[in-house]
Amino acid sequence: MVKLIALTPGKGLLPISEGGVAVTEMVLDRLVSVAPFAGKQKATSEALKAQCGGGLPAVNRRRGAVTWFGHGIWMVAGDAALDGLAAVTDQSDAWAVVSISGAGVEDVLARLVPVDLRLPVFKTNHVAKTMLGHMSVTITRTGPTEFEIMAMRSMATTMIHELQVAMRGVASRA
Amino acid sequence: MRITCPNCGERDRREFYYQGDALAVSRPAPDAGPEAWDDYLHNRDNPAGDTRDLWFHEAGCGAWLVVERNTVTHAIHKVTLAEKVKR
Repeated sequence: MVKLIALTPGKGLLPISEGGVAVTEMVLDRLVSVAPFAGKQKATSEALKAQCGGGLPAVNRRRGAVTWFGHGIWMVAGDAALDGLAAVTDQSDAWAVVSISGAGVEDVLARLVPVDLRLPVFKTNHVAKTMLGHMSVTITRTGPTEFEIMAMRSMATTMIHELQVAMRGVASRA
Repeated sequence: MRITCPNCGERDRREFYYQGDALAVSRPAPDAGPEAWDDYLHNRDNPAGDTRDLWFHEAGCGAWLVVERNTVTHAIHKVTLAEKVKR
């Protein structure tokens, strides 16, 4: 039997840093999507609250381990048992998750993302489903100068390349 | 052109995919007859003016939207989640 070596999506690509902005990989061991069945959103939220301390956050928000992930769907970093309440799908290993941080992080993302991510309008735990270059991503602000970006695992190399080019551009103008 | 998604707020047009006349959400009954089904499947107007179309927030929240807009002035009058539109 061939012994396979488990690789994270950013293995060999991260960490990188340019001009005070750094990108590091975040490894989420367990990730499940939760899509409540029709009329079961409230019950799902209550069941989830008992299991991981927080229910379903509002649209465009994150609360604890639960992130809004689109129309009628949430992503849970952890496990969820919601039989009869929601469609729960294992998404572990499907997403490349990176943290980007540093004083110029908003300038870097402004080169790639067509949404205003500045602090006064996009606060900690705000979530945007939008684009980074041409790829669909989920962006969450995790701190005053820090964001988390999720892209499909197959896009990891492209995402990291796009970020690096933007980071170099911002650094060269400093 | 910018479309205000009921979930995500105002977003650039490149995040959306255009599907066609919002007539598609009003599916006729199975026994409605060949004329009603012919209209539903094939016959579309191509007005210069107010239209009511289906758009998909493809690079955003993934919701289907009914967008009422004017093809002459480019004004967008109303955006509704397709699931909340009366059938």
